[in-house]
Amino acid sequence: MILQNVLENAWIIPFLPFLAFALIGLIFHRWPKFSTAVSILSIAASFVFSVMVAMTVFSTAEGTVYEAGTRWLSMPGLQVDMGLLIDPLTAVMLLVVTTIALLVQIYSIGYMHGDPGIASYYAYQSLFAGSMLGLVVSNNFGQIFVFWELVGICSYFLIGFWFGRNSAKEAAKKAFITNRVGDFGFLLGILFLQIIFGTLNFNGLAVEIANYTNTGVLSMISILLFFGPIGKSAQFPLHVWLPDAMEGPTPVSALIHAATMVAAGVYLIARAIFIFNTSAEALMVIAVVGGFTALFAATIAIVQNDIKRILAFSTLSQLGYMVMAMGVGVMTAGMFHLMTHAFFKSLLFLGAGSVIHAMHDEQDIWKMGNLSKKMPITTWTFVIGALALSGIPPLSGFWSKDEILLGAFASGHMGLYVLGSFVAFLTAFYMFRLIFVAFFGSNTAGEHAHESPSVMTWPLIILAVISVFAGFVGSPLMNNAFGHYITYVGAQHHEASVSIMIVSAIIALAGIVLAYLVYQRKLVDYEAVKERFSGVYNLLYNKYYIDEFYALLIKYFVDGTAKVMEWFDLHVINGIVNGIAIFTGRAGTALKYTENGQVQTYALYMFAGIVVLLISALCAVFTAIA
Amino acid sequence: MNLNDVVAAFVTGLTLSDVVFIVIAGITVLSALGVVLARNIVHSAVFLVITFLGVAAVYFQLNAGFLGLVQIMVYAGAISVLMIFAIMLVMDVEPQETNLFNKSVPTILTGGYVGVLFFAGMTGAIAFTKWPVSSVKAGDAGADLLAGLMLGKYVVPFEVAAILLLVAVVGAIILARGVEDK
Amino acid sequence: MIGLSHYLVLGTMLFSIGLFGVLSKRNAIAVLMCVELMLNAVNINFVAIEKFITPGTGLGQLFAIFVIVVAAAEVAVGLALVISIYRQKKSVNLNDFNLLKW
Repeated sequence: MILQNVLENAWIIPFLPFLAFALIGLIFHRWPKFSTAVSILSIAASFVFSVMVAMTVFSTAEGTVYEAGTRWLSMPGLQVDMGLLIDPLTAVMLLVVTTIALLVQIYSIGYMHGDPGIASYYAYQSLFAGSMLGLVVSNNFGQIFVFWELVGICSYFLIGFWFGRNSAKEAAKKAFITNRVGDFGFLLGILFLQIIFGTLNFNGLAVEIANYTNTGVLSMISILLFFGPIGKSAQFPLHVWLPDAMEGPTPVSALIHAATMVAAGVYLIARAIFIFNTSAEALMVIAVVGGFTALFAATIAIVQNDIKRILAFSTLSQLGYMVMAMGVGVMTAGMFHLMTHAFFKSLLFLGAGSVIHAMHDEQDIWKMGNLSKKMPITTWTFVIGALALSGIPPLSGFWSKDEILLGAFASGHMGLYVLGSFVAFLTAFYMFRLIFVAFFGSNTAGEHAHESPSVMTWPLIILAVISVFAGFVGSPLMNNAFGHYITYVGAQHHEASVSIMIVSAIIALAGIVLAYLVYQRKLVDYEAVKERFSGVYNLLYNKYYIDEFYALLIKYFVDGTAKVMEWFDLHVINGIVNGIAIFTGRAGTALKYTENGQVQTYALYMFAGIVVLLISALCAVFTAIA
Repeated sequence: MNLNDVVAAFVTGLTLSDVVFIVIAGITVLSALGVVLARNIVHSAVFLVITFLGVAAVYFQLNAGFLGLVQIMVYAGAISVLMIFAIMLVMDVEPQETNLFNKSVPTILTGGYVGVLFFAGMTGAIAFTKWPVSSVKAGDAGADLLAGLMLGKYVVPFEVAAILLLVAVVGAIILARGVEDK
Repeated sequence: MIGLSHYLVLGTMLFSIGLFGVLSKRNAIAVLMCVELMLNAVNINFVAIEKFITPGTGLGQLFAIFVIVVAAAEVAVGLALVISIYRQKKSVNLNDFNLLKW
């Protein structure tokens, strides 16, 4: 009884952070501490609600589904609805988002201490939390698009939070504009859905699409919809904004650019999987884009020196994993990885933030070193996060990554399986390169570092615990409970394969061992390797020169087009407009001489007109008679 | 059938009222031409009165006696007097050569041409129209019938006309009096 | 023998004469007189059509009375305008009134 009421009132979950945003923005912004309290209390309340919702949803064997909607606007030929859809997929996302948002906001008390813009920081955080939660509970594409754009604008605000820095401004603009490219395709896809099927509601669309047979159109719509995730989840070739987005405060990177917002793209694929499943071509595109991004980003991550950028490329790579999982038909595995990744990647980012905080905004891993002595909690939680990310059993990342590799293997995508395994190796390698250099390195620059305050370490500890244990909910040990609930379009689970588990565990261990040998024992002179393969090194270090390529493209193609357009505008358009004006003026000058001011002349014109009308009417009558 | 026969047939078909109509119509049209062609504005005014009387006679012949009386009182009485007052107010010279045609000959010619064309066109239209002539013979519509209509179904236009007259009178007084110099 | 058409032709004749006068006379008061001619022509049409097509209803005469009302108002205002302009220009000659000229 009371649980049913929980579902009916689930709208409160996104509403509370929005309320906090409004209160802080309108009233409380003068009192930073009070703003902080309002924001954290509201997200905490949302968290409690989310837990209750999740309990309700998972209380039945199949998972409870609740949908409520109302008409937002109605006109002939177009009905726009807004509504609430709570199912196991939503419940998982609600839990993930509220948990991490709550921990990040608590962590921010310490990280943002002393910042003059703390009230607006919490206002943006609340706005983001509300938008993200609204996105998750949407029951139709129109509403999801609205919240999709809202989280985009929050991302823009928070990347550019330190807008005094030029690089932050540039990064914010880059993120926003790059996302526009993807959102344009996404919006086109939504419009096609509205035009062809007349509804944007997920359940309504599922029914319509089941009876729709034109696979070409469905493929086109699927690919257009996939543009959204390409932009938001930073898949190749629109990935360029995510590394630059690290200009924002580190807790923001943890929440928005690692755990939640970038996962919105993956969530969207999962939510609309019934559309993508109708088109094998679209699934293939998704799988290939995801797999390529995973490999592409992982290779770049190996040579980066900035701690946040390494994590950013790691995020790209892991998002590629999730997208690939969607593409190879194991949506549940993708969602599972989304969940575990959200926890351990936010842990890693918050850990990195703790380090950066302690090192006074130093982000280069080569200028850190031996932090393990000074910052034990940060170090060991970071190591746990890295182990989880690398896929060391029995931590959470192992189960979810194994599930994806199993899916790729079992569905016959051998190439993607090999690619995924190789990426797992690279992942383990670059993560432990980071750890061995930054936390156990011989550099003594970190001597004056000290452990962060407990308000920052407690979120790390909690996340570390979750990162260790979260994987069990989807593991074969618990009979794949996670996948069982999330699946609402038929079973997508493949029989667990012990051999694949062992292979992936060995691969991860190999990566760690290699990193240990190279960066800790220094058995290989990495400087010499860098010299020897300087071409490859530079290619990777400069991120395959994609940014430079885009800059050139813009310089020559966009600017060139703009120049042509400017010329066209100045000479042709203006010429036509001015010509019309000049013609009108000249005509007026010429015709004014017909105005002689004689009232009889005007009367003459009038009656002459009447006579002409009369005679033409008569002629018409005569021709009709004749 | 030669012209004499036509004239004979025409003359023999005439009733007394037809003769009366022809006479009245002739007088009316001729005096109207006099209004336009007279070179003295006072003569024009006199011809105008004759025309009004002719039109009133036409009304009488059309069994519209009340309207004929209204025509005589309003037009031949009030409006003509108003015209003559206006003439007196604005004529400070001898009245000869006061009502000439426009200076520009083309204006006169095109005016005449438009008038003739209009007349020809309308006459053609009248001739080729099949008029749904009613066979009912009604007597003289008396003032009581019009009074019933005006104060009954058409009371609103009646009141509007009254207001129009009031406004016109006020406007005319203000316009004619002019702005006083301060 | 004299029917509706004859009355209508009479009205048209009066109207055309009035029209010619309006278009060609020089004196503003004469032009107003010619406008009166045209209005009378219209009234003849109203009354004639009532008599021959809708006899006994009185509507044509009623309408003619309204036309007379409007004509009276028009003459009053028109003459007032002529007098007012005469004060300014010392003339009632339409050729001298060209305030609307470019």
